[in-house]
Amino acid sequence: MSYRSIAIMGTLALAAAAAVAQAPAKTWTPSRTADGQPDLQGTWTNATLTPLQRPPELAGKEFFTEEEQAAFEKKRLQQNDVESVDDGKRGPADLARRAYNGAWFDRGSHGVNTRRTSLVVEPSDGRIPPMTPEGKKKFDEAHSNFAAHPADGPENRPLSERCILFPNAGPPMLPEPYNNNYQIVQSPGFVTIMAEMVHDVRVVPLDGRPHLPSNIRQWKGDSRGHWEGNTLVIDTTNFSYNDKSRFGVAYDGFTDQNLHVTERFTRTGPGTITYRATVDDPTIYSKPWTIETTLSKRDEPIYEYACHEGNYGMFGILSGERTQEKTAAAKAK
Amino acid sequence: MPDGKPNLNGIWQTMNTANWDLQTHGPAMAPVVAMGAQAATPPGIGVVEGNEIPYLPAAAKIKEANYAKRLALDPETKCYLPGVPRATYMPYPFQILQSAQSLMIAYEYAGAARNINMGKPKEPPTDSWMGWSNGHWEGDTLVVDVIGLNDSTWFDRAGNFHSDSLHVIERYTPVSADTIQYQATIDDPKTFSRPWKIGMPLYRHLEKNLQLMEFKCVEMTEELLYGHLRKEPRKQQ
Repeated sequence: MSYRSIAIMGTLALAAAAAVAQAPAKTWTPSRTADGQPDLQGTWTNATLTPLQRPPELAGKEFFTEEEQAAFEKKRLQQNDVESVDDGKRGPADLARRAYNGAWFDRGSHGVNTRRTSLVVEPSDGRIPPMTPEGKKKFDEAHSNFAAHPADGPENRPLSERCILFPNAGPPMLPEPYNNNYQIVQSPGFVTIMAEMVHDVRVVPLDGRPHLPSNIRQWKGDSRGHWEGNTLVIDTTNFSYNDKSRFGVAYDGFTDQNLHVTERFTRTGPGTITYRATVDDPTIYSKPWTIETTLSKRDEPIYEYACHEGNYGMFGILSGERTQEKTAAAKAK
Repeated sequence: MPDGKPNLNGIWQTMNTANWDLQTHGPAMAPVVAMGAQAATPPGIGVVEGNEIPYLPAAAKIKEANYAKRLALDPETKCYLPGVPRATYMPYPFQILQSAQSLMIAYEYAGAARNINMGKPKEPPTDSWMGWSNGHWEGDTLVVDVIGLNDSTWFDRAGNFHSDSLHVIERYTPVSADTIQYQATIDDPKTFSRPWKIGMPLYRHLEKNLQLMEFKCVEMTEELLYGHLRKEPRKQQ
């Protein structure tokens, strides 16, 4: 039931994904909520064809021209669909490759409206900066551990497969292949951001209260907000540490308990919010890095994405691994 | 609120034992012996009007079977979304986030959340765990019409259940600065012979700097759900 629902949701999300890409109007002044906050409310999407990091072949190229952007978008959309072409191959890797295709992906049909070639804007090479020696060591250990123990138990799997956290919810709120939808509600003294994946709600107090004690750790961290002019600034600490990367399967990002995220939301027009997030984790990265995306307004409500309730995948992954082990043991005899 | 509507913003919680059993009940032993008094059922006065849940005969038998296997069958054991109205009286706080155009309820348990559509009523595209909520004001009362609920949630730990024909009408009426009277009318012709009602106050949390904590209980259920599929099963406590 849940899986069927998810499939329906996916289709709906795709149908409604025509994001309104509007050029930022610098003179545009947002309206205010009843308690005087610049109004960010509504349903938004950060779906984009632009990759997190600048591809190596675009080194040195920070922005596309209009023509280049159009060609890039066309190519990316074709890649989405190429993956859905049935080439007759039936190996496990082929089936996995075709598990998600153009009908599923909800990356929208455009790159970011700044025509940048990556979501990473600082450093200016568009790449996540090198890891510190300690960070590299942790990263390598996590990856070799994952290779050696891909599915000893559920904890070996990425947070997203466990239905605990998807990168969409963040922070930082990073677009995923699908369901990049958010709703923002501003009640007196709070900004609340709900990510459709996986009904993850961040209730952000604006009253300057201190963060939770540092021994308290949460997957989405602990967020505190304040306004700087028309920009909402959210400061998040107290993150849980998990060596399966809290950035999920789509990204190579890696963080530990020292992660500190600073997000900036600026309404730039009736249909757009510019979103910037700076990732600072001094034990992992040699310097902070910043991403920028556009949140585009949608007219559709967001829906329930009940992930854990229909997580048949986890049963399949673990029992498949056990079966393979049994087969291998029988062969060895 | 500046728009003249009652302000329901705040962190709220019930103060009753409805999540153990909607009807008046005595204490009961914990379903896990090792849990002793910690997980015993606390006795409590029921929240059902007239204390009777009007099950159809076949449904009454299912309820009894549910009760007998309640630890294994209650969706709460697996950290599944609680549905409506159960989300309201789970023993966890929830926060109402109300602005001039939006109304959202965030629940601490399982990170459940609901958007109350305060605009033109809409039909849900499919059934879901938390259902589809269309809200409107009747004087000072927020009335929420909840449809599109699936058949997989329970009302409590005592096995009270429903089908996918469930239709819930909730009424949130502020009765003082720090209390809301909550009422839910439950209609499900496949399960009950007539609609019935539950009612209870919601109390405002007054603690300074209180916040909903992250309670992603999925992690607390992985051993229960997947433990038998581990490479090396954990030693049971």
